[in-house]
Amino acid sequence: MKKNNVILQTTAKVTFFIIFLFSIHIFFAGHFAPGGGFVGGLLTTGAIVLLLLAFDLETVKATLPFNFTVVIGVGLLLSLGTAAGSILFNVPFFTHAFAHFELPLFGDTELHTAMIFDSGVYLVVVGAAITIIQSIGGDE
Amino acid sequence: MINLLLFPIIIPFFFAIVLLFFKEQVRIQRILTVIGLSASIAFACTLIMKVKQDGIQTLTLGSWPAPFGITMVSDMFSVLLVTSTLVITLFVVIYSFSSIGEERERFFYYPAILFMITGVNGAFTTGDIFNMFVFFEVLLIASYLLIVLGGEKRQLRESIKYILVNVISSAFFVITVAYLYSIVGTLNMADIGQKIADIGQPGIISVIGILMLLVFGIKAGIFPLYFWMPGSYAAPPVPILALFGALLTKVGVYAITRTYTLFFVHDLAFTHTILMVLALLTIVAGCIGALAYFDLKQIIIYNILIAIGVILFGVSQMNEAGMQGAVFYLIHDMLIKGALFLIIGIMIYVTGTSNLREMGGLIKTHASLGWLFLIAAFGLAGIPPLSGFVGKLLIVQGGFEHGQIFGTIVILASSLVVLLSVIRIFIYAFWGEPVPLQPTNRKTYKHMMFPAVILVALSVLYGVGTEWIFPYVSDAAHVLLDPSSYINAVLKE
Repeated sequence: MKKNNVILQTTAKVTFFIIFLFSIHIFFAGHFAPGGGFVGGLLTTGAIVLLLLAFDLETVKATLPFNFTVVIGVGLLLSLGTAAGSILFNVPFFTHAFAHFELPLFGDTELHTAMIFDSGVYLVVVGAAITIIQSIGGDE
Repeated sequence: MINLLLFPIIIPFFFAIVLLFFKEQVRIQRILTVIGLSASIAFACTLIMKVKQDGIQTLTLGSWPAPFGITMVSDMFSVLLVTSTLVITLFVVIYSFSSIGEERERFFYYPAILFMITGVNGAFTTGDIFNMFVFFEVLLIASYLLIVLGGEKRQLRESIKYILVNVISSAFFVITVAYLYSIVGTLNMADIGQKIADIGQPGIISVIGILMLLVFGIKAGIFPLYFWMPGSYAAPPVPILALFGALLTKVGVYAITRTYTLFFVHDLAFTHTILMVLALLTIVAGCIGALAYFDLKQIIIYNILIAIGVILFGVSQMNEAGMQGAVFYLIHDMLIKGALFLIIGIMIYVTGTSNLREMGGLIKTHASLGWLFLIAAFGLAGIPPLSGFVGKLLIVQGGFEHGQIFGTIVILASSLVVLLSVIRIFIYAFWGEPVPLQPTNRKTYKHMMFPAVILVALSVLYGVGTEWIFPYVSDAAHVLLDPSSYINAVLKE
């Protein structure tokens, strides 16, 4: 079924970046406000699914040439690594650390190790969701 | 090293993640899996020594205070189970090298096993009832992959049944935990135990006790809830069957044991009588199945049921001998079931069938296999000095001390049925006229024999070395019978 998708495709190209940036915002908001790696990851997946709907599997694979299984692995390693970092300091597993830093442009910023853990979650969610969608969508 | 008790969970998890990067390099996967499991075993053994010396180890994740954070608890019972899990997995993995086939190995076979072990060890170690649910899910999701891996017609059919049953039971698990939380207001298992002791187990708590029995009973395969097990377990290839049969049902048994010794201990006449009756019915059902089938896999699978009944009967007695017997028999059963499944796997490989009627005279061509099977069969039935004997002796002693004459006689009679069911395999498969065999690769056969021999040897050692092992078992039973030591170790006041 060949359809004329110009409107959808043009809108999708713009909307993708809006959703993606919003997902990053949600991701960073996560520590003190509602949001976080899981929701952010799902939003990013939503943006990629929009591209999948507007174009097709091959185009999206060419645009985002990641092996999403590896993305899951990297995400898991990041999360486990952050949690296991506490072993080095002989404090209970999952204990996180934070401190205030004077950063240029941002000013006084609170940095958390929980952030690294959350980015692992983000990668796992994106990797897993896209892998599922690709393998179901790619099945003839 | 306050995090030591987490190592048997983290290391398999770490190696599972690393394996995701080597999807196509089967050789690297094999080596990494063995390294990971061996390292975990080393840490688990260190942990046993530590628990033996310093008592129960606890750790509350994220440095939260005890009843609020997720507590991980290693008492002797859980650490013994963790260690036997890792040991069995190591040998099943070595067995898989020559029997599972490269096709499956390239589709996340080893990562799935390691993720499953993460879940199993986590469920054994956790001291938080909701976290236990999470670890159950981890091991179940990995087991979904393992049961369907390969995509044979039979596997697909059985995996639908398996997933459906387990999803429903998981839903019940969450509902039960929610009920429990709405009454005691805590998820920490030690805290729950204490709160239930404070309010003296009113009727609603007993209802929750029965619900928990339902949830864990589906996983363990106790009497009316085992209907899915014989079909589903027989579908995947033998190494996966060995893991499921030796480990997954035992997680259910562990969960029943833990909750029925820590939570629901104030109305024994009700909860533990039901547990005992169900255990006995499980034994009867298992005996009927074990004698009825001519299929190797089915016979051993029904023997799992018998063992679960025997263990839970021991638990339901709530006295020292019964509990020691249950702990001892639980570990014995993990070892011997793992070994037996590997042995019947070799028999199926050699003869090309799992139907006993189509076998015969194997002793002429595969003598060592025959004698290995006989030792394992005697161990399973509990002929002294092999490992099944001591556990069953203690359980029987516990039963008589508690005055359950009838139930204990059922246990004793079941031993005879177990012996009969496995000797039947021996007679049909190893005696009689040799059936012409397809030529099989002798080298593969030797590679498959190696882990089976070691597992049988371990179970023999476990039986012969009872004198050295018994202090550990007795420690484990002591904590189970005295919940206050568990509670004090977690809440530390």
